[in-house]
Amino acid sequence: MTAHHKPRFVRDQRMTMVTGILAFVVVIVILQLWLFTATVNAVLGGDWNIAWPAALVSIVCLALNLGLLRYLYQME
Amino acid sequence: MNQNGDMIQSGIDKNTDKEEWTHAPDGRPASEQPRWRQDFPIDWRRDEYVARRELVKFIVLTSAAFAAGQVWVAIRRIFRLSSVAPAAMVIATVDELAVGGAKTFIYPEGGAARLLVRTGEASFVAYDQACTHLMCPVVPAFAQGKLHCPCHNGWFDLKTGAVLAGPPQRPLPKVFIEIRDGQVWATGIEERAS
Repeated sequence: MTAHHKPRFVRDQRMTMVTGILAFVVVIVILQLWLFTATVNAVLGGDWNIAWPAALVSIVCLALNLGLLRYLYQME
Repeated sequence: MNQNGDMIQSGIDKNTDKEEWTHAPDGRPASEQPRWRQDFPIDWRRDEYVARRELVKFIVLTSAAFAAGQVWVAIRRIFRLSSVAPAAMVIATVDELAVGGAKTFIYPEGGAARLLVRTGEASFVAYDQACTHLMCPVVPAFAQGKLHCPCHNGWFDLKTGAVLAGPPQRPLPKVFIEIRDGQVWATGIEERAS
């Protein structure tokens, strides 16, 4: 162990992890896109009951993404 | 800069792990690299790592935008629940339109454009004039008993406002009509799910 800061993971590991996190984040955002499209479609059709549950799910997705991003920065 | 080895140091102490070192893109040792690369050695693998990390950050920003959009829709629902139904208003007189005749009107005041069609001696129907596909104004095709959207050839049933053909997915919002003392009144708007 040297005196200076040493990352927890070596570079190849971090590269693999950032790619994996990128894949997760992309999938979650695509889910959010689908959710937003379905919500707007339902709302325009007069079904407003879906608005709040869909908003909560989207916020959970955002929280997941922020958690993954935070982990990415903590990893360095 | 490492003049003797076959790697370019990645900007950190040379006592660190070998994984933290990187090759030049052409694979040649540092001493054989062009002068500009020796002066400004770019750590390509680190550059790639940072680029991916920044992409993740940007996509998370997109995620925040979607969540904000969803919350905006949900907040609109609250305002919608607290809003009062539009007041009834006179939109035409019975004698003003012949059977088969049509007229556009605004209902409620300052609201959307609607279309009133006289379908019989004592029967009127009224709908949103904007097509539920891409908001083009619909026109009556009385002889066929339909409403037509000429933009993308959408067709609605004149009596019910239901979609008959074309790209629209939802029926036209209907305006409630009442006849009182020879006057045509709009009394409300019916929201209809697809």
